[in-house]
Amino acid sequence: MIAGLKLHGGVVVAILLLLAFAPFIIDWIDKPFYLDLVTRMVILAIAAASLNLILGYGGMISFGHAAYLGIGAYSIGIPAYYGEYDGLYQLAITIIACGSFSLLTGYVCLRTKGVYFIMITLAFAQMMFFALVSIEEYGADDGLVIDLRSELPFGFSLENSVSMYYLCFFILLFFLFIIHRLVNSRFGMVIRGSAVNDSRMQSLGFPTFRYRLLCFVIAGVMCGVAGWLLGNFTNFISPEMMDWTRSGELIFMVVLGGAGSLFGPVLGTAAFVLIEEVLSGFTIYWQLYFGLFLVAVVLFVRGGLDGLLSKFSRSDK
Amino acid sequence: MALLEVNNLHKSFGGISATCDVSIRVEKGELHAIIGPNGAGKTTLISQLTGDLESDSGTVYLDGKNITRLPMHKRARLGMARSFQITSVIDNMSVIENVMLSVQAQSGHSFRFWQPVSAQQELTETSHEILVNVGLQSRSLHRTTELSHGERRQLEVAMALAMRPKLLLLDEPMAGMGSDESIKMIDFISSIKGGTGILLIEHDMDAVFKLADRISVLVEGNIIASGSPEQIRDDKQVRRAYLGDE
Repeated sequence: MIAGLKLHGGVVVAILLLLAFAPFIIDWIDKPFYLDLVTRMVILAIAAASLNLILGYGGMISFGHAAYLGIGAYSIGIPAYYGEYDGLYQLAITIIACGSFSLLTGYVCLRTKGVYFIMITLAFAQMMFFALVSIEEYGADDGLVIDLRSELPFGFSLENSVSMYYLCFFILLFFLFIIHRLVNSRFGMVIRGSAVNDSRMQSLGFPTFRYRLLCFVIAGVMCGVAGWLLGNFTNFISPEMMDWTRSGELIFMVVLGGAGSLFGPVLGTAAFVLIEEVLSGFTIYWQLYFGLFLVAVVLFVRGGLDGLLSKFSRSDK
Repeated sequence: MALLEVNNLHKSFGGISATCDVSIRVEKGELHAIIGPNGAGKTTLISQLTGDLESDSGTVYLDGKNITRLPMHKRARLGMARSFQITSVIDNMSVIENVMLSVQAQSGHSFRFWQPVSAQQELTETSHEILVNVGLQSRSLHRTTELSHGERRQLEVAMALAMRPKLLLLDEPMAGMGSDESIKMIDFISSIKGGTGILLIEHDMDAVFKLADRISVLVEGNIIASGSPEQIRDDKQVRRAYLGDE
């Protein structure tokens, strides 16, 4: 068991070290394009980690989580369109916008369960998508180009791609730490308990709705921050960022990595982005093979990649 | 003032009355048993008391407070705990975590985000004590899915007890247990008797007559008799309807 924990922990530490030194390694092998790939991966890992909080721990299968990526991105895009580049100001808009969107939709969605919850979260995300498609002022479905990245205090510049990367990386670490504390706290116990047996939790005396709603809001805001980073990173925003297929991809990343495990979404996102990159180099029909791979993972590896790692760990004790 | 006072409680499902004009009282420290054949409406009655099912008419008072229209979690907070006929525990957690949740539910709100529960002695120590009381301490770190049926039943009761309830509703705690386990459970229930009011639903007649201070007989949604175990044993109507002619 201890050897097992070592292997499992070893893989996590190795990945974190790789990510921590990624810009240097990429510089050393002289393939600057890879920094873009890794930055995108880290941003998506933040989004997947936030989804994991509600899906993996809270049992709330949201099929509209990409809406927060989009709202976060538009929270820079629209101010930038009016010439407002202050990063903290944009971040405040992101948090307020995602917080209120998740509070309002969560208040409705969390009254439903199971497949109804999936459909209603999807419906709200699609409403957001079509709302932005219809606003000509902000580029409708062509989107908007952001000519300058957010300006941050202390002269920290996001125009430098290494700084951009490290900001994303530290936000990922920070959020993972917060999620770790959350799920093991009293609040987390209520969330995890009501994921599997909500009526029992109520009969114990927990008004579970308000805890689940707050959890939904926290996850929405975290994903909004990922959207804020994504908008900055791509210098371009469009409604496509909150397309329902993107929500589906986020669910894939969580399930692939292992729902309800802290580092699962990081593993899942890394695997997702790398496999997508490699397969699309071979064939334009890469999605077919990718789909087959996902089916295999879901069928044969319970608990995703994280579950696979701990399984190997256990068998070699 | 009775601990639990139920007046004329009624619930029907599409024209069929599951409970009809049910009135019962449980005094402080008393164990009141409800017996009745299958389908008599016993579990429906419990669900109405806990707020799982909304009653069509009638009133429920707990410790003098009208709780007829309160949601489930508020009734639980006021001191009403329930064990389920079909075991209902939190299956992705360990045994002690299940009990800790019960303790946590009774110690203020849970908007506490930072301190890990495993480091909170007020939760872990109390829970450990309760597990020792029900004899599950050796299973404390196991997942609930690894427990035997009898052990899950014990955990179910431990969780209800950990809420430090004024009134404990036990819905067939011995259901599906072997005879050894049943004897242990009977001993356990008689050990907690007196400290808290208990409403017990049970099929096992030996257990009921051993434990109960008072017994009510529910047949087709109606209480047909209510009284001490001796009175019930000698009641002709009850013998005919339920116990059978001996």
